[in-house]
Amino acid sequence: MNGTYYISAEKMTVGYDGRPLIENVSIGVRRGEILTLIGPNGSGKSTILKSMIRQLKLIAGTVVLDGRDMAALKEREIAKKLAIVMTERIRGELMTCRDVVETGRYPYTGRLGILTKEDKAVVAEALETVHASDFADRPYNAISDGQRQRILLARAIAQEPEVIVLDEPTSFLDVKHKLELLDILKTMVRERNVAVIVSLHELDLAEKISDRVVCVADGRIDRCDVPENVFRDDYIASLYGIRTGRFNALFGSPELPAVEGEPQVFLICGGGSGVPVCRALQRAGVPFAAGILPESDLDYPVAQALSAELYAIPAFSTASEAGTETVRARMLEIGRVISTVPTFGETNASNRVLFEAAKAAGILISAEEFLRGSDA
Amino acid sequence: MRSNGRSGKIGAAFAGIGRVFDAVRLPLGFAVLLAALFGFAFWNLVAGTQATSVSDAIDGLFNPQSPYRVIVTDVRLVRVIPAILLGGALALSGFLLQTFFANPIAGPFILGISSGAKLVLSVTMIGFLSRGIVANSVMLIAASFLGAMLSMGFVLAISYKVKRMSMLIICGVMIGYICSAITEFVIRFADDSNIVKLHDWAMGSFANVKWDNVIVIAAVVIPALIVTFFLSKPIGAYQLGEGYAQNMGVNVKAFRVALILLSGILSACVTAFAGPISFVGVAVPHLMRRLFKTEKPLIMIPACFLGGAVFCLICDLIARTAFAPNELSISSVTAVFGAPIVILVMLKRQKEGGR
Repeated sequence: MNGTYYISAEKMTVGYDGRPLIENVSIGVRRGEILTLIGPNGSGKSTILKSMIRQLKLIAGTVVLDGRDMAALKEREIAKKLAIVMTERIRGELMTCRDVVETGRYPYTGRLGILTKEDKAVVAEALETVHASDFADRPYNAISDGQRQRILLARAIAQEPEVIVLDEPTSFLDVKHKLELLDILKTMVRERNVAVIVSLHELDLAEKISDRVVCVADGRIDRCDVPENVFRDDYIASLYGIRTGRFNALFGSPELPAVEGEPQVFLICGGGSGVPVCRALQRAGVPFAAGILPESDLDYPVAQALSAELYAIPAFSTASEAGTETVRARMLEIGRVISTVPTFGETNASNRVLFEAAKAAGILISAEEFLRGSDA
Repeated sequence: MRSNGRSGKIGAAFAGIGRVFDAVRLPLGFAVLLAALFGFAFWNLVAGTQATSVSDAIDGLFNPQSPYRVIVTDVRLVRVIPAILLGGALALSGFLLQTFFANPIAGPFILGISSGAKLVLSVTMIGFLSRGIVANSVMLIAASFLGAMLSMGFVLAISYKVKRMSMLIICGVMIGYICSAITEFVIRFADDSNIVKLHDWAMGSFANVKWDNVIVIAAVVIPALIVTFFLSKPIGAYQLGEGYAQNMGVNVKAFRVALILLSGILSACVTAFAGPISFVGVAVPHLMRRLFKTEKPLIMIPACFLGGAVFCLICDLIARTAFAPNELSISSVTAVFGAPIVILVMLKRQKEGGR
């Protein structure tokens, strides 16, 4: 199994100035695979990456690159196999984007570093890969953060490596540029069969692009597994020590804590229609009850995270008459009802009962009206 | 409105000229530098207290029997060649230090390296003189190099503690002052007729260089220039930052040592023969960046050398002729031209939100 890893850390202890921060790190990545490091701030993701690329001295253990101990390899040999995109800002004064990417050819050029036609072609192709050809000749200091990150990736690509190591490449990017960057990475992995090790802050993105996920916390590798086994509500919450709020595994995003207290309004929802209202009520600081939701409903995870009271039934089932009656009584007791359900069918017949009852009692109110009222 | 339109057109025209100029910037820039080098070198041979015409100077230069032989070669040429070599060495040393510290206002004088060299050098010279020995060129360079390395050691220690660029410069300037003060002290208390010369030298001047010194200078500076030129590739990688340089296959530790040694040798050689010369090391690399619009070491290294040579030729010409027959110290002239450039650079960085 280990033999197929392109780069792997074996029983590696990492830290600064000889003081161990994380011990016994054994991770590896194969070609054509993305390995993602996640974990709280300061957990040591960057330390692990820096140790694997030899920027930090190992305290114990070895890093094996392409079957050979990296400590015994020459810089130039490593440079042809491993490229990096790190968080340190580069000083790109008086350099065009193309100049920056051209530095990636360093391990292949002669003594004076003059580029051949082939080198220039590789650089042009790398720029094309990251969709940067149109601003290639602009000064590096004049482009946006998103563009810079792409240029740094192009620089790594121009190095024609077998493995690319990226330390939080998406940190300062907006949503569009994040997706773009990760899409380029995915393409690189698929088309050039490179191995990628990347640390990410964004769990939703990590879940989408990773083949395997390494969880770093409390001075150790907590888990190394496929994303399906890592991105579970309870596990992520414990990994990040989330006590307020909860992690929503389905959406891959964290939710703020629910507003606790006696519900001021009852929300009839389902099919995803309730999510914006749940969030609005949470923002307004209003405790609310919600129902009746099957656990398979799109609204369920958000309502579960944000409501003070939730009336739920097992997935893909319908509520019993007796159950519906209990909820109806509670709803009338709360005294105000918002309904976001556009149509009622067979499976949400119980919600029709609630809706009719609320209408008959004259306590139905629109979400906008309710929120305006609660503001005043 | 109308004037706006017109200035817009003029702006576009300038941009157009700029683009055309960019295409020939490289050959044109070097042509200008070379022309200036030979032009000012020759002007330096012609100009002086004793009037010589252009033809007199040519006669003195090529005809061993010429009545102008002594004044042109043994008084003026012996000063022009070190001005070229040492000026180039200073600018190159500045470029290397700026690369090393990733700091655009680093230079051998500002960081106190020249003053450290001056201190150890004057102590050595006085020590030898008091025993009746006149130190030879190699000893001078060795002492100067030792002093340069000592100051550099201090600056390096500080640079590990403080990462702010301005702090590094302030510490360098302070080291410079301390070294200068001690040098002054040492010279005052050493009572010897030779010391008068030492005082001149401590202010910075190309006047005291002899022909046998010139050979030593060339033997040190030219190999250092060649070695530096062949380090262009790792210097280019290092400009991106240490991490990336290492990833590209540079042995960063060895490379850093090489940079320190080279810049130290270059500035030590200058100090040994011409004393501390201010601002050339900081200012010239910036002028060259403006001229060539690049940071590429393959271009910057020869450009800095030529630029430093031209800069020192001009400054020495002014130092000799402005108030003839009295002579200014070279540093006072280089400071007048160099210091404003440094201020401009700092202002520009401030505007760009630099560190």
